[in-house]
Amino acid sequence: MDRSGLTLTVNGKTHELEADGDMPLAYVLRDLLGLKGTKIGCGLEQCGACTVLVDGAATQSCASPAALFEGRKIVTVEALSDDPTGRRVQDAFVAAGAAQCGYCTAGLVVAVTALAQTPDAPRDRDALKTALAPHLCRCGTHPRILAAAEAVLGQEGT
Amino acid sequence: MSLRGTSLVRDWLRVRDGRLVLRTGKVDLGQRISTAIVRIAAQELSLSPDRIDVAPVRTGDSPDEGITSGSNSIEQTGYAQRRACATARDAALTLAARQMDVEGDDLELADGLISHRGSNRTLDLLDLLAELPADLAVDPEAPTRQASIPDCPPRGLREMVEGRFTYVHDLDRPGMLHARIVRAPLLRAKLIALDPTTEARLTDAGLTVVRDGSFVAVAGAREWKVIRAAETLQRACEWDIGTGLETGDVFEMMHSHDAQRFAISRGKPDPDAAVPSCPDAPGYEATYKRPYTLHAALAPSAAMATFRSGRLEILTHSQGIYFLRDSIADSLGMALEDVTLEHVPGSGCYGHNGADDAAFDAALVARALPDTPILLKYSRADEHAREPVGTAMQVRVAADTGGDGTIERWWMEARGDTHRGRPRPGPNRAGAARLASNTMRETDVPRFVPEPNMNRHAGLHRNLDPVYRLPETALVKALVPDLPLRPSALRCLGAVANVLAIESTMDDLASAAGIAPLDYRRQHLDDPRALAVLDRLEAALPPLPENASRGIAYAQYKNVMTRVAVAVDLSVDDRGASNLEQITLVADAGRVVDPEGLRAQLEGGVMQGASWALFEAVTWGPEGRECLDWDSYPVLRFDNVPQVDIHLLEPPDAPSVGAGEASPGPTVAAIANALHEATGLRLRQMPFDADTIIKAALESG
Repeated sequence: MDRSGLTLTVNGKTHELEADGDMPLAYVLRDLLGLKGTKIGCGLEQCGACTVLVDGAATQSCASPAALFEGRKIVTVEALSDDPTGRRVQDAFVAAGAAQCGYCTAGLVVAVTALAQTPDAPRDRDALKTALAPHLCRCGTHPRILAAAEAVLGQEGT
Repeated sequence: MSLRGTSLVRDWLRVRDGRLVLRTGKVDLGQRISTAIVRIAAQELSLSPDRIDVAPVRTGDSPDEGITSGSNSIEQTGYAQRRACATARDAALTLAARQMDVEGDDLELADGLISHRGSNRTLDLLDLLAELPADLAVDPEAPTRQASIPDCPPRGLREMVEGRFTYVHDLDRPGMLHARIVRAPLLRAKLIALDPTTEARLTDAGLTVVRDGSFVAVAGAREWKVIRAAETLQRACEWDIGTGLETGDVFEMMHSHDAQRFAISRGKPDPDAAVPSCPDAPGYEATYKRPYTLHAALAPSAAMATFRSGRLEILTHSQGIYFLRDSIADSLGMALEDVTLEHVPGSGCYGHNGADDAAFDAALVARALPDTPILLKYSRADEHAREPVGTAMQVRVAADTGGDGTIERWWMEARGDTHRGRPRPGPNRAGAARLASNTMRETDVPRFVPEPNMNRHAGLHRNLDPVYRLPETALVKALVPDLPLRPSALRCLGAVANVLAIESTMDDLASAAGIAPLDYRRQHLDDPRALAVLDRLEAALPPLPENASRGIAYAQYKNVMTRVAVAVDLSVDDRGASNLEQITLVADAGRVVDPEGLRAQLEGGVMQGASWALFEAVTWGPEGRECLDWDSYPVLRFDNVPQVDIHLLEPPDAPSVGAGEASPGPTVAAIANALHEATGLRLRQMPFDADTIIKAALESG
């Protein structure tokens, strides 16, 4: 497998990296940058566990080669603790008890943060359910996650 | 049960570095058992939860509490922990009285401090606990006090939302190698050839191929490289799969294969009793079917293993580390004391998924590469293809009613393969025989043959015994081994199919008698707590949304645990898809230890039950399973999540009972009943997906 140079901007820092050819972004984040908050659930971009922000949009990262993200602004769950909206989302998840095993949680915190940071994102429950449909949760925490998201988006809307 | 063999206070709690460390044999799977035991200790010792830790669950150190399953943890480890803390508190107070030379009655315990009312002198509870004699035995009669404590967030939640919670998948060690298995199409497939040039090319690239018979794995320093290498090797392998998997209708196979049948009386198989036959020409007769189902945890299974100086250390998300240790030691011919397993978090698991197999696979690679930590992960396809499936079942009911609709006679048979596929010691090296890769290795481990589970409310006959007043009941369990797929324990075991059958039948009989479903159930119940649950459900029911239909169901898990009544309001669109609108649930789980944890478990069970009811079924062909990702194995997603309202009843002085598996069965049944109400169709084979509904509608004309 060929290695090639790669320049990625992650959580405000620019990294010069050597990645294996088609290495997906999630593996670069986890294995080369040590950012293990981004989870891998399927490697197929079907479950949402690997969601990160790319130029502010919630984006699954476990199958698309990292090279596609050069020049884009990547933000992972680790950076959200220092972001006022991200912090509010995290607090809302804690207040709603919106995790059981927690493996889907980071991806959902990122996704809800993306919604909260998009001024014209629809905020009613049905739109929220559709927006979160790319994410799987197998513990059945959905009602609490929706409650947390509604709490944040309700605040943002006022 | 938990106090047997671990009967000392120090088996359950110790003081280290000024903090209380609780010890348990039950592992946290996201169900918050560790939060619950911290709350129990905080209540009994009047100590802030901030000063309490829970020790890692590790063989040779933690109490052996078997498997974390069956909704038993709160009754087993919770009971033991409460008695150990109560015993420790009494002993600490006695010690304090002696040290202060005062009367015990003048001492007060609050917020971790023991104070003397007369003199304002205080002693730190933890200092006293540290001084308790090592041989102090847990007094099962020690009075418990259950001081009220504020709700506290579950352990690990803050770390989870910040991406700082460490799962086995995230572990990193100096010199560690990543590993993957090279998945055979089927267990027991024989590796005929592995292209040597491919293997040589990978070896040149710094990867190591590990082989043991037909078990093949690959290890290397970079995870992505290892993933690609496993894919390359998969293409380079030639397999003999013999005749392949038997295909066709598994429910027909359950009749064409030999069955072992037992009469069930008072919840238990009776090997000496005659097996009652189905009555001739019953007034009501129907068969309900549940397909094979995946656990399909969000994270594929993983484990880390290190083999050093003849000793094996494994970090695993298994639900039963002692049984798994014994099974792995037997498989590798190692002494028990040379194999240590420690539980580390994986994703939620809901039963026997790939965790145990991944632990063994990691051990096989580690043994081939000594002194090197091996982090082995399954791919999504590995997990979907290899994990043991939830058992397919069919349940036949025959019933007769009197003139007023009251049930007079009830016959019921639950049929299917075993639910007991976990590696655990038993005859014919049953532990080793149940590890997947022992079917691939060159080994003398015999093929696993399931024994009928003769325990109360176990496996196929869990909740087979209706909780209703039935003058004449005849119940049968029919174990049919050797069906196509490898089955094992999935949340609720047989209770889902049995509760679906019972509660669908109750609705059909109610409808035939012209009696409302809730009233019909009340007429057949004597248990005042069951009646209270149904009454509360009726009072809590919200207005029915426009175009929605309602179905209800009631069940008590294992007939002795949590009582649950559920109402499901749903609508069905013209393409046959169900939209869940709202679900109302009432539960009585006895004394509540962790109210938010209890609600979360009940809600989670509702969502999982809804996913089983509407979506989940394993498909397979001769060359293995055909549902290897989330497209081919659809599950419930956010777009079909209803409003869920949970109401808890807490009768005074009722002991705590487990609730983790209490809600899925009645949820599935309430969905079936709501679909009947919505469409007029009585659907008897899960899942009730859009295709099934359209097909049933066309067939009914």
